[in-house]
Amino acid sequence: MASTKKIQELKKRREEILRGGGEIAIQKQVAMGKMTARERIVKLLDEGSFNEYDLFVEHEARDFGMDRKKLHGDGVITGTGTIGGKPVCIFAQDFTVAGGSLGFMHARKITKIMDHSLKMRMPLIGINDSGGARIQEGVNSLAGYGEIFFRNTLASGVIPQISVILGPCAGGAVYSPALTDFVFVVENISKMFITGPEVIKTVLGEDITMEELGGARVHSEITGNAHFFSESEDECFEQIKILLSYLPWSNTDVPARKEMKEPLKKYNISKIVPADPRAPYDVRNVIRAVTDGSNFFEIQKRWAANLVIGFGTMNGRTVGFVANQPYVLAGVLDVDSSDKAARFIRYCDAFNIPIVTFVDLPGYLPGVDQEHAGVIRHGAKVLYAYSEATIPKITVILRKAYGGGYIAMSSRHLRADFVFAWPDAEVAVMGPEGAANIIFRKEIAAAEDPEKMRRQKVQEYREKFSNPYVAAAKGYIDSVIEPKETRRALLHALEVSGEKRVGMPQKKHGVPPF
Amino acid sequence: MAELEVGNTKYQTRLTGKFANRKPWKRPEPGRLLAIIPGTIQKIMVREGTKVEKGTPILILEAMKMRNEILSPFSGMVKRIFVAEGDRVAKGQLLVEFKSL
Repeated sequence: MASTKKIQELKKRREEILRGGGEIAIQKQVAMGKMTARERIVKLLDEGSFNEYDLFVEHEARDFGMDRKKLHGDGVITGTGTIGGKPVCIFAQDFTVAGGSLGFMHARKITKIMDHSLKMRMPLIGINDSGGARIQEGVNSLAGYGEIFFRNTLASGVIPQISVILGPCAGGAVYSPALTDFVFVVENISKMFITGPEVIKTVLGEDITMEELGGARVHSEITGNAHFFSESEDECFEQIKILLSYLPWSNTDVPARKEMKEPLKKYNISKIVPADPRAPYDVRNVIRAVTDGSNFFEIQKRWAANLVIGFGTMNGRTVGFVANQPYVLAGVLDVDSSDKAARFIRYCDAFNIPIVTFVDLPGYLPGVDQEHAGVIRHGAKVLYAYSEATIPKITVILRKAYGGGYIAMSSRHLRADFVFAWPDAEVAVMGPEGAANIIFRKEIAAAEDPEKMRRQKVQEYREKFSNPYVAAAKGYIDSVIEPKETRRALLHALEVSGEKRVGMPQKKHGVPPF
Repeated sequence: MAELEVGNTKYQTRLTGKFANRKPWKRPEPGRLLAIIPGTIQKIMVREGTKVEKGTPILILEAMKMRNEILSPFSGMVKRIFVAEGDRVAKGQLLVEFKSL
């Protein structure tokens, strides 16, 4: 048994380190409206579940007076704990210790917990709050980042990786979150950028604040770098817990089954979608009309809102939803929404989560900016992701499915397992207006009243082709269903595809249009 | 709600800020040299009236710690120089205008 004296010494050492960066630094952290790294861990994990690793780690830097500096925990807290009773690995950078700067040992603590999470197959949660590389440690600091990025990549698709940006995350440091699956940001606290406002000001003379350059809103609405936006750290932690409740703990695990509940009555699926294909509606209500308890946990809500992605459960099992959103930009596919869809599809595929796709789109967004921004290669990502995905793929065509958009949105041709269509569905190369203008160009031009003739021909085309039965006659659509039959059809499709097995050609990996 | 036309059909929908604020495309005018990158004009090797061939060095634009030699995209004469040595320029800023002979 350890002597009382030795135990006293241990306690003293612990106490000293647990003070973090000291009273003044902690006060500064609080003044910025931020929790300390330790408070964050306590808030996020189940009560009393945190087991800290590497508390006594010390840096080995000798230059620039570093040999006289003691940095508690070397500016990062690492360990394991539980969330909802299930084990997770976590690290939290401690801004009160040398600004959370990343030195060699700091990075080694992080990579150690990363290795642990990969080996033990449990999610990794990283809380980022750091001024960046510890310049005094030179290339050793860069080496540290590189080791982290490498592990992020190895663990990708094996365990869920979550990044929480609760402070600055600048320069090369941003690439770790960018390599992880989900990035959480908090208003007024999160700041992410490669080049900060000061450099931009010096080099370019452009005046911009950190918030305007890389704040939570910017990354949630413009860049798409962040997946979840919160107004407070508490709200952010709650969102992380909800997200984890939908996820498996690894690519060989299945998500914990939730309680099965019927959707709420207020989401009447027969009344959500207007018959006029030009009229908007919120497709999220269609999703809520089919999920258990009408719960839908949306991802990247504010970015590329013309396409909706997120998780729900059906019969207690996690399902990934992808849906065109007619409410925004008529639900078109464009550069951003293609990117958004493709990554989510690949995520679901990596973690064996079936995908339900709701289709209602007029096609791709026209415009020089879109073409020049590479809508071809970005749009191709959607085709690639759906084609490559071997998880159960179930498609419901709600209304319009025109042209390339029809093919891209989990069509039979990309090996959807089940394709349903509602009676209002219009599956065609293009909308009736566009088609009639081309097919009947001569008749329209030659007519006494071209406008009248045009309307007549549009109507003719609409009656003949704007329905689901041409595609159903070819077997491209398996079944035309009434809207109210949708949940039942989906539950059945999910039920019978539980043991889906498909072979893919042997390859090292494909070459997607990244 | 706004209207968005796709495939000859106008859809009632909302626009994203990014879409609403997008810059309309403009055809680039030949004979206008624009800054390819933000930086500082370190040296100008021509004067107004200088005859140039396509590929003649026009100026040095220092950016990202590199001295970029900018060559004439045009054969003709330097009509007007809009910048001076030491000027800081933004990306896309008009630097030199040429005219054909």
